[in-house]
Amino acid sequence: MEHFFLYSAIALTIIIAVPMVRVVKGPTLFDRILAANAIATKTIVLICLTGYIYGRIDMFIDITLAYAILGFLGSLVIAKYLSSYKVRRQRKQEQS
Amino acid sequence: MIQTTFSILFVVLGIVFMLVGSIGIVRLPDFYSRTHAVSKSDTLGIIFVIGGLIVYEGFTQSSLKLLFVMLFIALANPIGTHALARAAIRKGLKPRLYNRSSKEDTR
Repeated sequence: MEHFFLYSAIALTIIIAVPMVRVVKGPTLFDRILAANAIATKTIVLICLTGYIYGRIDMFIDITLAYAILGFLGSLVIAKYLSSYKVRRQRKQEQS
Repeated sequence: MIQTTFSILFVVLGIVFMLVGSIGIVRLPDFYSRTHAVSKSDTLGIIFVIGGLIVYEGFTQSSLKLLFVMLFIALANPIGTHALARAAIRKGLKPRLYNRSSKEDTR
């Protein structure tokens, strides 16, 4: 069963590498943040599978919880910053 | 035996859903349509994979923590994507529309 988790982790690593295309060539800032968010959420599953490969899921699951909260907070804070009133006013002054 | 079979089935199904979401981020034409690929398809894939791991684990303390991770992802991933889409529409990013009279896409 460890072999199955190992192969699924390899497949998941290849899947995680695909949105890097959008991070590099995304037209707007939001595309880049969205793709980085997708990478962060998939990495949570990769850490869980790594815990089963090493046979120590009781340690890796705590790392997973902390990583999930950190990734969610980072994405949410950037979104709230970009939609805040002060930033929009600054952008409008720069354009005019 | 049946536990292992269902675990393998769930993990493979979840990886297929995550593959679909990952291709959707690259291939879809617009920011607002890419948010669908991230929020729905990825969330369903993560729920399936962690559900498969819970089935493999059985009733232990680790499976309870995995259940907490699954519930947190199911709440957090759509909330984060929704916040990003709201920030984009407040900043003034125009969605891509199909114009029926001139038969072409407009921005």
